[in-house]
Amino acid sequence: MYDLIVVGGGPAGLAAAHSAWQKGLKNILIVERDKELGGILNQCIHNGFGLHRFKEELTGPEYAGRFIEMLKDTHVQVMLDTMVLDINKNREVHVISTENGYQVLQAKSIVLAMGCRERTRGAIAIPGDRPAGVFTAGSAQRYLNMEGYMVGKRVIILGSGDIGLIMARRMTLEGAKVLACVEVMPYSGGLIRNIVQCLEDWDIPLYLSHTITDIKAENGRVSHVTVSKVDDMRNPIPGSEMEFDCDTVLLSVGLIPENELTRSAGIQMDNRTNGAIVYENMETSVPGIFACGNVVHVHDLVDYVSAESERAGAAAAQFVLGETEAETPIRLSNGFGVSYTVPQQIRVNRIDKIADVFFRVRQVYKKSVIEVSDGEKIIASYKRDHMAPGEMEHILLTRAQLDKVAGDTITVSAKEAE
Amino acid sequence: MKELVCIVCPKGCRLQVDVENDYAVTGNACPRGAVYGHNEIKNPTRVLTSTVKVQGGLYRRCPVKSDIAVPKGKLMEIVTLLNQVELTAPVSIGQVVLPHPAGTDANIIATKEM
Amino acid sequence: MYDVVIIGCGVIGAAAAFELSKFKLDLAILEKENDVAMGASRANSAIIHAGYDPKPGTLMARLNVEGNRMAEDLCRDLSVPFSRIGSLVLAFSGEEMETVWDLYDRGIKNGVPGVEVIMPDKIREMEPQISDKVVGALWAPSAGIINPWDYTLAFAETAVRNGAEVKLNTCVTGIENAEDHYVIHTNQGDVEAQYIINAAGVESDKVHEMVAEKTFSILPNRGEYYLMDKCEIERANHVLFQCPNKDGKGVLVSPTTGGNLIVGPNAEGVVDSSCVNNTASGMAFVREKALKSVPTINFRNSIRNFSGVRANPDQDEFQIGIAAQNFIDLAGIKSPGLSSAPAIALEAVKLLKECGLHLVEKENPITTRKKIRFRGLTDKQKQAAIQKNPLYGRVICRCETITEGEIVDAIHSPIPPCSVDGVKRRAGTGMGRCQGGFCGPRVVDILARELNKNPMEILQDGKGSHILLSETKKEADA
Repeated sequence: MYDLIVVGGGPAGLAAAHSAWQKGLKNILIVERDKELGGILNQCIHNGFGLHRFKEELTGPEYAGRFIEMLKDTHVQVMLDTMVLDINKNREVHVISTENGYQVLQAKSIVLAMGCRERTRGAIAIPGDRPAGVFTAGSAQRYLNMEGYMVGKRVIILGSGDIGLIMARRMTLEGAKVLACVEVMPYSGGLIRNIVQCLEDWDIPLYLSHTITDIKAENGRVSHVTVSKVDDMRNPIPGSEMEFDCDTVLLSVGLIPENELTRSAGIQMDNRTNGAIVYENMETSVPGIFACGNVVHVHDLVDYVSAESERAGAAAAQFVLGETEAETPIRLSNGFGVSYTVPQQIRVNRIDKIADVFFRVRQVYKKSVIEVSDGEKIIASYKRDHMAPGEMEHILLTRAQLDKVAGDTITVSAKEAE
Repeated sequence: MKELVCIVCPKGCRLQVDVENDYAVTGNACPRGAVYGHNEIKNPTRVLTSTVKVQGGLYRRCPVKSDIAVPKGKLMEIVTLLNQVELTAPVSIGQVVLPHPAGTDANIIATKEM
Repeated sequence: MYDVVIIGCGVIGAAAAFELSKFKLDLAILEKENDVAMGASRANSAIIHAGYDPKPGTLMARLNVEGNRMAEDLCRDLSVPFSRIGSLVLAFSGEEMETVWDLYDRGIKNGVPGVEVIMPDKIREMEPQISDKVVGALWAPSAGIINPWDYTLAFAETAVRNGAEVKLNTCVTGIENAEDHYVIHTNQGDVEAQYIINAAGVESDKVHEMVAEKTFSILPNRGEYYLMDKCEIERANHVLFQCPNKDGKGVLVSPTTGGNLIVGPNAEGVVDSSCVNNTASGMAFVREKALKSVPTINFRNSIRNFSGVRANPDQDEFQIGIAAQNFIDLAGIKSPGLSSAPAIALEAVKLLKECGLHLVEKENPITTRKKIRFRGLTDKQKQAAIQKNPLYGRVICRCETITEGEIVDAIHSPIPPCSVDGVKRRAGTGMGRCQGGFCGPRVVDILARELNKNPMEILQDGKGSHILLSETKKEADA
């Protein structure tokens, strides 16, 4: 019987396991399907990680390395090359591996930290031929950074999320010609820093409000890509086509939390985040099963993943070691301009002094105000100079503010400042 | 006068840098923006991240970085030099794989244990 | 010299090879692509039709009903995913209701078991998410869903195990009648045969004309599809057709044997079999029509678009027969070709006998195929499988839970794949919602290791579809 089984040994799982250990759990197991810990950070060889967590700029492998190093001082156990096939409400974890075969492991608590996966060409229905040479940015990144292969020489990138931008620079540094980065929205989904250092440094044009409308193949491989401007409804504008002579398309068109196990365990899901509905301490609707990191909602900074996962790990420890009383939670509802919140529910008596609330806005805001209301009054408001859908927002609600809430729902909304 | 977008925070201030006047910065909302604008025009530098060949590791490439930022104009030259580097596992984080490439003060160091 | 050479290894050529491989014959199948099932056989609606659609008295009517009847035993014996879930043809107006009654009559005449016209209450009971505009439907319980490329592979692999040769990358360029035999010219040299079966799909008219006068033309016709995430499977419990029109059977919505939802096709004339691109207009048409049947389909849950080119003849009938001395056409195999395939194969055997081929049955021909699908095993069986071969303990495709053991099995199967998609067709890797984003690089690795090749030689799919173009950290090419 394990005190805690953590599913996934990426940044979320590592932080959750470490924090649960610090909070006094003894018998902790991380189950990781890959042959090493670190998850996706192993292929994110660029720097920019850790400014919040470690106050310095680390690369992905270094950031993972810090946590792996921290775990060496604990007795947290790790099963590598092991896949979790199923989890149930009784907190049984079914795993398989070449080494140990099929095993059913029993846990007192579980942390789900499976991360997310990339949206594909099929998800966005790009017309055209279906040749080799169309990759998600992440698979191209793995080939390039870990396996040591070039996936293309003349490249178009669809989507201006950070992975796409990072890959534009990586491909360029390795000798490829990146012809364009194409973004369907009128603004970039990536950090300004990446726009400057990954595109502008290398004279790669960014086409906002554009999309790929055709892919042509020659001899089984991408040969041409047509890019068109789109209107306000994101429909291609006839006559605006540009044709590029290229051999590769990289897609950076969004990430989706990977929740097969969550669903099969009967955990309630939020169809806006595509992740589990969680309480203030990252507990899911099934007592004793927690979730953290990109499996709950897609983060833009790993530092926040670590912080959230440390809360989940601590809460798992509390669940195993302590006693908690049931209570009716306050529900967080998404008001104007807000697409989701995490957590979705807060149990006031479970929070110490403050509750962290993360959310995303639906549009770009300049000077603006975030308001939290209980329907009768504003219980908190926060000023912002800048907000964008690509940047996760974070507010703190104090115990004092939450104690004043009338009713069982609070609404988070965003508006331009007057 | 040169114009650029500040990357220090998500606000993205539009900076003007007066090259004639000791790279004086205007348009910045905070002091960090002034430092960024000054350096970015006078002597732009970047931390380089890349990979080198490795034998005997779990994968065929080992990630590396420059331990300090190097002049932007030298990035390509350094990347070319990395083509000749070949490591053999075990490799430790921070291990110098190429000292002072292209006459810079930086060392290229491994960023992963392999 | 072969006794029989089959040109084309789609489901028709493969089914014919399967039947013929039960006899003492020297048998070869020539396929121009680098794998079997590379044409319409891998890109279609994946339906075993009941057989109410073809005009009574036609070959299509007879072979469809017969092929449908054969499918269940064959799929069980050959370990091909198949499920007889039944189909509905939906009527949205009084006029369409007349069509439904016509189809009912045809079904009766064609000998389709169990056809019935049912009313909205019953339909909604069977299909809770169906449009409330449906006024009635034809229910055909014998219709089924199948994995079409695995059907093809099962036939072809079993034929190979019975001694037949599949020659891939072999394109027929001409056929010479050398008095007592044929000389087939290919890009890989000449092949001699006593008898030829033309199962060349979209190119079957051209192959026909290599030995006989033109009697039909193929009008290649493209159909575009959506394949939806497993979360969409609840949209349909049965195969949901709309009333057929001049362009074909219309847009259907159906579960697949893989547990997804398939939506499509449209119908559009194209130049040749290479036109398997998707178009914005075609996809929009499919979406619009499908929502008419099931308004709740969420196209944001699409995981793949594809299209297939059908070998429609210029006549409303299969072109099956003796086209020249010792030369059999299995041509113009439009829908319901997949459904009819095993019956067409029996027809081919009959026609060869008519031509004078003396057929002697083998004593113990192989007629079964076993395939381990790890996901479908019980916990105990999984444990036993891993104990026997530890590679079943490593999941490579996480969306579909496909293990390295299954991939290695596929790579060493009777017709070894040379591409990532070849492994996909055999083992099911990359069929899920991440579409190979995660497992693709790992499958490349395993293919390279097992085939003793450099990863850069591994293809995505057909000829030329290279995935990796060079190594990093090489001196710049001069």
